[in-house]
Amino acid sequence: MIKRITSNVQLTVGLMIMAMFVLVTFVGPIIFPYDPNPVVTEIYLPNSLAHPFGTDWMGRDVFRQMIGGAGSVFQIAFYAAVITVLVGSTLGILSGYAGGKIDKIIMAVTNIFLSVPAFPVYLVLASIMTLESPLAIAVVVSAWSWAGLCRAIRVQVLSLKERDFIQICKVMRMGTGHIIFKELMPNILSYIIINFVIAMRSAILASVGIMLVGLASYDPTNWGAIVSAARGRGLINPMNVRILLYPLTAIVIFQVAALLVVNGLDELLNPRLKVM
Amino acid sequence: MDAIVRFQNVHIDYPLKKYTLHAVSDVSIDIARGKITALVGESGSGKTTLSSALIRCISEPGVIASGEILFCGKDEEPIHVEKLTEKELQSFRWKRVSMVFQAAQSALNPVMTVKEQFLETMEEHGDTSPAAQKENRCKELLEYVKLDPDRILKAYPHELSGGMKQRVMIAFSLLLDPDLIILDEPTTALDVITQSYIFSILKEINREKGISMLIMTHDISIVAKFADYVGVMYGGKLMEFGAVRDVFKKRRHPYTEGLIGATPSIIHDISAIKPIEGTPPDIMNLPEGCVFWPRCVYFEERCRQQEPDTVVYPDGSKCKCLLEGR
Amino acid sequence: MEYIREPLMQLKNINMVFQKQSSLLTDKKFHVLKDVNLDIFEGEIIALVGESGCGKTTLGKIITGLYKPTSGDIYLEGERMTGLLSKSITSYNKVQFIQQDSYAALNPVRTIYQSLYAPIKTKNRSWSRSQINRKLEELMEVIGLQPADQFLSKYPHQLSGGQRQRILMARAISLDPKLIVADEPVSMIDVSMRLSLLNLMKSLNKRYNMSFVYISHDLSTTRYIAQNGRVCVMYLGEIVEMGQIKDVIRSPRHPYTRALIQAVPVPDPDYVSDGELPLKSMQLAALEDRPKGCSFYERCLYSCEACRERVYHRDTPTAKVLCSHLEAVPDKPIYETFGE
Repeated sequence: MIKRITSNVQLTVGLMIMAMFVLVTFVGPIIFPYDPNPVVTEIYLPNSLAHPFGTDWMGRDVFRQMIGGAGSVFQIAFYAAVITVLVGSTLGILSGYAGGKIDKIIMAVTNIFLSVPAFPVYLVLASIMTLESPLAIAVVVSAWSWAGLCRAIRVQVLSLKERDFIQICKVMRMGTGHIIFKELMPNILSYIIINFVIAMRSAILASVGIMLVGLASYDPTNWGAIVSAARGRGLINPMNVRILLYPLTAIVIFQVAALLVVNGLDELLNPRLKVM
Repeated sequence: MDAIVRFQNVHIDYPLKKYTLHAVSDVSIDIARGKITALVGESGSGKTTLSSALIRCISEPGVIASGEILFCGKDEEPIHVEKLTEKELQSFRWKRVSMVFQAAQSALNPVMTVKEQFLETMEEHGDTSPAAQKENRCKELLEYVKLDPDRILKAYPHELSGGMKQRVMIAFSLLLDPDLIILDEPTTALDVITQSYIFSILKEINREKGISMLIMTHDISIVAKFADYVGVMYGGKLMEFGAVRDVFKKRRHPYTEGLIGATPSIIHDISAIKPIEGTPPDIMNLPEGCVFWPRCVYFEERCRQQEPDTVVYPDGSKCKCLLEGR
Repeated sequence: MEYIREPLMQLKNINMVFQKQSSLLTDKKFHVLKDVNLDIFEGEIIALVGESGCGKTTLGKIITGLYKPTSGDIYLEGERMTGLLSKSITSYNKVQFIQQDSYAALNPVRTIYQSLYAPIKTKNRSWSRSQINRKLEELMEVIGLQPADQFLSKYPHQLSGGQRQRILMARAISLDPKLIVADEPVSMIDVSMRLSLLNLMKSLNKRYNMSFVYISHDLSTTRYIAQNGRVCVMYLGEIVEMGQIKDVIRSPRHPYTRALIQAVPVPDPDYVSDGELPLKSMQLAALEDRPKGCSFYERCLYSCEACRERVYHRDTPTAKVLCSHLEAVPDKPIYETFGE
């Protein structure tokens, strides 16, 4: 298995970048602890050895802010991906396999979520409430991502359940549990894994968006919060633009890594591309 | 024999990462002008690879490693198909040699009507005649394959049955008046009555228009009913070639004998039918010596050591067996 | 052969209608099976033949219980069934199914071992792993794939079509059924391998006295496997002729069967009939507006106006035929057959 992963360049590079992010998230804060207290003497310092990314308007180290924020960013992404995949695939499989009324109800709900655009809702929510925990943000973020996955999985299940090997299970009186978990699931597992990564990357984008509009401000070191604050101080000041660049670059790098992993996994797990 | 196509010592290889796969090795066969020649063989026998080499449509990464494929039009210099450039191929395909693919169902574009597809192909090949004339030509061809042109021209592929699609494809292959049509398993997945109709249409085309045909099939019964000449392929090699009646009556090669003997019929004595033991050869791992020895009932020790030469008889028949004349 | 015993399975007046929405308000109805009556006896091989779209696969799926007929009754060993798949019935696993496409019939991401193990375990909850393993080894020996371990550990795509088809047979017999429905089991297999598969099915039939319903469009293989059995010729969802296969092939009585037999290619250039098939057109009538009477009416050389309205069942000494004009249909043999 490891050999197969390393033989895929895209997947290897993507996974290595992701591993770096994870390392920074867990080890970074221990080596570079962040001090949120303002240091009036060090406002807007340029890049130096002591402050690799310089300091912000309150004299705080941006490099350490970034490291401190990574944890919450990925926490949100991870929670959101778990919720998206769990809800999306459970409902998708249920809807596709059960059919009939259950299918109609689930599809109606899914369509509502798919047709209401997320961002305006975030704006409305932002004006009436503030989110306090990463889990809460993850729930809001995944509320708009499970529906797409649910639909996609439903379609896969619909075509799978008409396939001969599922039909024969019915002739042989295999239970529904066996059919779903032992026969159907292994066939869509690779699809679910890929969608987990996709969900993580869209969750990061969405969470940054949520921070940006100010719906959540529970952790000032979150990258979204950095962007939001820098913008709030006014982008006329080039120093704020500079601060803005660091979280944006980090997000872009992570997005690229996620895409590489998705493409790589697709090649690795998709049997149709596996031949020869 | 007056040949329209001559394959001479053709080798077709698939260079893969770790080894090279010999899909067709050292095949020499003549396709008779104005006649129907069949290539019969099981999956992996190389028959499809060989015939797609004739229009240079071998699936990637296959290449013609050596040998010559000569296309001999009437009163003209033979064309070296293996040396044609991409540009020359454009005018060679369909105008000289056309092909009816196995999956006729998917060969038609699902979002275009039959008429649109016919006209597009004519225009692509530089037909500048007025639209009405082109349409008449389409109608004529569809009538030729016993279809109702007014209905079919307007139809999308999904509105046609399997047999209708196959006949549309045959009409399609006639569009530019080719000299030779290649038919790859033209009636697989069709039922026997439709199959019978399609073959009588093809025979009519062959007789009236004088178009030569090369048909690939795994079904020896179809060969008996339909073809004039037959080449029997196995493991990428030509085992036997000759006029259909000769091949059936003489059964010079043990594989031919086995194949005919293993085909159930609705007439012959069931107790005389017996299977060929063993499994078809793995093209990645062909046996030494004669490819057929592991399954041959006449097997002798020397078959394993030495690859048999092809014996050519005075009438042009061929047989690749050490024990020839057993 | 006389059957005085109670049939293993009885199909009575089976009708199957599929509905398809054609526009917002109207449904198109497809009458796929029409008044099918069939008795299947213990230990026999009975064949269903016909062209694509004649309903033979649908009938096969009704026999296995995958489809519930729109109307009609099914009795298995004298007991009326309300759809095989309902759990209450006692006929548990007595009918099994072998599908045409051996690749599609096996889960691509599970090993052969997993695919064979699960159904046996489901049926015999109390069996230990070693008991099931012993049973699997036995099965592999019966179907002729040795050594067993080597095949059991493989995935479907690592086996050849013939080997996979044998696995399907092992899976079908692993539940000790009384009846196996085999839907075109050899049509996707290389010619040289077909015969040994048919022989395997014949030997399973003898060894376990299992009945087989062999579904095919190919009369040659049908004649081979159902040598001494019966054949049902189907056309547009009806059984148009039923009789011993040797009689039906030698002297078919229904106009459709006559055309069908004449269309079958024979692997011998001496028997090439160049003549036209005895049919008016090659077009299969549409299922949605079938005539009230004979469904073969439009293509038949012998039909009259009255055929459009009604059709009669006729019994000849050798067969049951669905045709009102038996006297007009020639009864001379199409081919002289050998070896019977």
